[in-house]
Amino acid sequence: MVNYSPALDQVFHALADPARRAIVERLSRGPASVSQLAEPLPMSLPAVFRHLQVLEESGLIRSEKAGRVRTCRIEAAALGAAERWINERRACWERRLDRLGEYLAQHPEDPEPKGKRP
Amino acid sequence: MKNPSTTHATFVIERVYEATPARVFAAWSKAEAKARWFACHDDWKSLEYALDFRIGGRETNRVQPPGGLVHAYDARYYDIVPERRIVFAYDMHVGDARISVSLATAVFEPQGGATRLTFTEQGAFLDGLSNAADREEGTRVGLENLAAELGR
Repeated sequence: MVNYSPALDQVFHALADPARRAIVERLSRGPASVSQLAEPLPMSLPAVFRHLQVLEESGLIRSEKAGRVRTCRIEAAALGAAERWINERRACWERRLDRLGEYLAQHPEDPEPKGKRP
Repeated sequence: MKNPSTTHATFVIERVYEATPARVFAAWSKAEAKARWFACHDDWKSLEYALDFRIGGRETNRVQPPGGLVHAYDARYYDIVPERRIVFAYDMHVGDARISVSLATAVFEPQGGATRLTFTEQGAFLDGLSNAADREEGTRVGLENLAAELGR
């Protein structure tokens, strides 16, 4: 049982690389072997292993070896509910404050000028 | 709940609006104005919105994504300095699960004829949703959002 949530910056670092994002996106559809993950990537197998190591250290994925095949899967707990909600909350407020800007641009009249207020 | 956990997070968002602090503040303090910009998803249905803008007053907002659980926002205002500052606390529920409890501060500063708005949220984000929602789907969407964010 994974009891800790990796810090967001670790997760962001792990996802800052396009190859690692491609790996995570592939794994979000289901587990895959290292060779399956490597196939679409324009890099050597050792380079793929290094990316997988970064992802594993961030807690985003885990892997296990069965015989000669290492299978990787998303560690759902890593990007758990809390992290998801933090990201969504921030995005929500970003949208709100953008909308506020649009609202202000569309309503130049209100409120009434300062001089008229009690 | 199995293995309850808490994650603390703070984020700050800044905007500069070409409007006086009086106008920007009014868009926060008047219910009909605030309802115009407070939604964060175009396709979510608004079930209820109410604002009692005074110290000790409450604000509630209930919205529902298509086919999804009701998201409920319940806020209470703790400090109001007209045209300068608003401090409020709120919790969020998705269905029956409380997902966060937050302290939020909006500071309005005049900047020439414009207004700099600094929004700070300090929250305890809870894991209640993990039992309530389709976790794998949520994780996928969350990752796509993260990737989109990083790609900007």
